[in-house]
Amino acid sequence: MTLTRREALALTAGAAAFLATASRMAFASAEDAEKAISEFTGGAAPQSGKITLTAPEIAENGNSVPISVSVDSPMTADDHVASVLVLAEGNPNPDVATFHFTALSGMATATTRIRLARTQNVIAVAKMSDGSTYIDRKEVKVTIGGCGG
Amino acid sequence: MADPKPRIKVPKTASKGEVVTIKTLISHPMESGQRKDSAGNVIPREIINKFTCEFNGQPVFGCDLDPAISANPYMEFTAKVEESGTFTFSWTDDLGKVITTEEKIEVS
Amino acid sequence: MTQCRPSHPKRLGAVAGALALIAAATTGSGADELEEYKRMLADPFANPGWLYADEGEALWNTPSGPKNATLEQCDLGLGAGVVEGAYAQLPRYFADVDRVMDVETRIAWCREELQGIPFAETAKSAFSKRGAKSQMEQLVVYVASKSEGMPITVPMTHEKEQEALALGEALFYRRSSVLDYSCSTCHSIDGARIRLQDLPNLTDHEGAASAMTSWPTYRVSHESVRTMQHRMWDCYWQMRMPDVAYGSDVTVALIAYMTKVAEGAEMASPGLKR
Repeated sequence: MTLTRREALALTAGAAAFLATASRMAFASAEDAEKAISEFTGGAAPQSGKITLTAPEIAENGNSVPISVSVDSPMTADDHVASVLVLAEGNPNPDVATFHFTALSGMATATTRIRLARTQNVIAVAKMSDGSTYIDRKEVKVTIGGCGG
Repeated sequence: MADPKPRIKVPKTASKGEVVTIKTLISHPMESGQRKDSAGNVIPREIINKFTCEFNGQPVFGCDLDPAISANPYMEFTAKVEESGTFTFSWTDDLGKVITTEEKIEVS
Repeated sequence: MTQCRPSHPKRLGAVAGALALIAAATTGSGADELEEYKRMLADPFANPGWLYADEGEALWNTPSGPKNATLEQCDLGLGAGVVEGAYAQLPRYFADVDRVMDVETRIAWCREELQGIPFAETAKSAFSKRGAKSQMEQLVVYVASKSEGMPITVPMTHEKEQEALALGEALFYRRSSVLDYSCSTCHSIDGARIRLQDLPNLTDHEGAASAMTSWPTYRVSHESVRTMQHRMWDCYWQMRMPDVAYGSDVTVALIAYMTKVAEGAEMASPGLKR
């Protein structure tokens, strides 16, 4: 095999780049996340309740962390969840994703896989069709793993 | 070799008014723009930044994506179906390339 | 990650020290939470490994190489053109080359024979690098996916298969190099782990089955699929042994031994691992 040790190191560092690089650069802060929330809500402080963020307590690798958001709503044309903002307050940049829902969604629920550069809070904020906003957060511990099995 | 299609999971049939679960998976490195190559140069960001799902032309679900979405993005969401029709899925990357695919559902 | 690949030789001592901890590791805080994480990730539909299987299938059927041929007539042991179930019955003896081959050496041989792509060229690009996918990884995942749910069946009755088995077992226990490690140092203990990572006991049927049925696998930390040949290369590197050559008799023998221990278990590849 012609992959040299150096290349192997580069490969691993590269594959885990999100993590490796993040350790060398500035992280976002809770303030950056607060600012993003404020922009999303138009300055209002989101309430607790209605939205549930599901994430593991521990992630074996930060490159793939399963998360789900679910918002309690009748999802009718008049009364539905418009969007959900997902933030990771300890990543190089707090933005993760914004989900957009309609009455045709049927339910306000979405699941994806995200990258977390280190142990941190993940935050989800829902904006309803009437403009009210709700928030939930979960801490996810990101481990330094073994060898992959 | 043609690029294989994204993987989509939609039920073939549903009853009127049913809320069905949809799963999508697409091949993409989601280059974050925060990595450097072996020469120390920053590798430009190149991610899928937008995903949409429509049913018979009406928006069902959409998502703006940032570099914190894992490589080979996975999305799972729901749709309420009142009639038979076609789901259209679109992924847009930073270069403006759009990948679109469709799935039909029979509603009775 | 530093556990797997210390960035400087001076960390070797630290690695040896950390590995010494594995024997003492017991189920404790974090293990249950990790199971929860794995359960949340377990939906096979969300496993990117299947995207590679799709890519591999397209590659298999697309003319390529100097001979502009497909791999459709490749004989993986069950006859020319039979992919279904082939992975679960490898490694095996092939009379046309008079040697035992694992899935990767056989596909590489087919590429050379059918498509005119030299083995050395295949070996050179067998492991993907960032930004450059490996066709071999895609092909191997495709072939493995076509054995999903099928039991590993490796009779190993041919004289050369017997030789490979014996060599594989001997190598598994043979300590060498600067750390005086063998495969068995980490992989002959029940319930061991590195940090939160379980280490399968590969001398035990259940442990070997969990490993051999789930490779090739999508490795989250590499953001790519990886094959058993890569696992061999990586383990040799972790043991600080000289690079093991792609498709070498050493790798095939070790794979033959571990596959035999896992015999009967049902294939479930592509897996999903850290």
